[in-house]
Amino acid sequence: MNTGPFILLHPDDNVLVCRQHAFRGQSITLDGDIVVLPDEITVGHKIARRDLKAGEKIIKYGAPIGSMKTDAARGAHIHMHNMQSDYIKSHTREVTGHGH
Amino acid sequence: MVTRIGDTNTPFQAWLRPDGRKGIRNVICVVYLVECAHHVARQIVSKCDDSEVHLIGFPGCYPNDYAYKMMEALCTHPNVGGAVLVSLGCEGFNREALKHHIEGSGRPVETYVIQNEGGTLETIRKGVEAVRRIQTIANQTPRGDMSVSELVIGTICGGSDGTSGITANPAVGRAFDTLGAAGAACIFEETGELVGCEKIMASRAITPELGAELEASVLKAEKYYTIMGYGSFAPGNAEGGLTTQEEKSMGAYSKSGSAPICGIIKPGDVPPSGGLYLLDVVPDGEPRFGFPNISDNAEIVEMIASGAHLTLFTTGRGSVVGSAISPVIKVCANPETYRKLSGDMDIDAGRIMEGRATLDEVGAEITDRVLRVAAGEQTLSEQMGHQEFILTYKTFDPVGPACLPLRGKQAF
Repeated sequence: MNTGPFILLHPDDNVLVCRQHAFRGQSITLDGDIVVLPDEITVGHKIARRDLKAGEKIIKYGAPIGSMKTDAARGAHIHMHNMQSDYIKSHTREVTGHGH
Repeated sequence: MVTRIGDTNTPFQAWLRPDGRKGIRNVICVVYLVECAHHVARQIVSKCDDSEVHLIGFPGCYPNDYAYKMMEALCTHPNVGGAVLVSLGCEGFNREALKHHIEGSGRPVETYVIQNEGGTLETIRKGVEAVRRIQTIANQTPRGDMSVSELVIGTICGGSDGTSGITANPAVGRAFDTLGAAGAACIFEETGELVGCEKIMASRAITPELGAELEASVLKAEKYYTIMGYGSFAPGNAEGGLTTQEEKSMGAYSKSGSAPICGIIKPGDVPPSGGLYLLDVVPDGEPRFGFPNISDNAEIVEMIASGAHLTLFTTGRGSVVGSAISPVIKVCANPETYRKLSGDMDIDAGRIMEGRATLDEVGAEITDRVLRVAAGEQTLSEQMGHQEFILTYKTFDPVGPACLPLRGKQAF
């Protein structure tokens, strides 16, 4: 059982999932190394297990779940700002009600 | 903390319907056949003030084969003991055929047409009296043993987040493995939420032809949702850490457990055997009536129409819904959500996230809860009177022969 704030779901994964709210500047252990978190991470969100390049597939549960849009450093928050679907684009609440 | 393994060998008491099926509830449905009759039907239900009298209905004035078939299946669901139909009078719904079908199942049914009964207040008065009469008949339904192998169980996820695929969904998968092995029919659904998993899923089919149909059903969903402009992905999914449709799909897919997939059904089709079935909820042909299912309860209603006696609903962000006709057991994936909404959550799967329980323990707890709810224990949403229901327009072609390899091989 993992004890830190992040879980590795599958050995092939290049992201980890947050299971306990973690703060910007907090030191965590990633594959034996100490990494300082550049972002605040809430439960259910992902961070990079290692440096990731634009175009690289993101692997979670041992399966591809999309691709990087930009580079990201180890420990960085991986979400809609730097990755995207290889199938159907995701949407946020701002798609309607523009200007409000 | 309940970690006892539910005993799937012990029968429980159920209502024995004249058509041979068995129900775990004895609900009277008050059915509006067009939105114009909704208020009158709702008032009948409100005035009855009985947790076993439920409101269901179809809002459209134009006829629709799917909606009609669904309504037949719902009004003769094993959990239903009888029905009162409320019509305005001029709508397109075939109230005569529906009444005839319900009578044919051996259930009591009465129809009230507002335009012929003297308007709102008279119809409400007569409708309340009709519910009492029908309930008296339904209460005489014999009781008898029902085994786990006679249960149909659905699962759905709603308000998913980054915890759903780690805790609640795979825990439901464990329960499905146990219940399916005991002979229950287990239904998972929403092909739009399986986009990205189609190849892994196809490899679990009991025949190669079924595997091809499973892949085709997901491709159909992907095409449909692409035309709609949005995947099956809500803003709350992103706020909860999910980034893409395929990430959400991988989490949703784990609800299906690890058993072989026995077939594909469409809304209203009852699984022909025990074991695991995929419900294809995406309409056939060119998109006509908008999104396949406009919200979670539309999918729950479709699983009920396919015979589901109860539904396992996993949620990360925190849905509070229940359903008309069949109980909903809510399995909360996110420990922070559980702390905020514990009064709505039957199972706290977020314990897995915090290392306080294992997937196997929560899976056993879900199995145990299914057996207790089947035996009559009320879920939290039932206790609080949740009876959500939604039915809209759709078009389906019947499933092809490759979809149901076990049809005709086992008596249902």
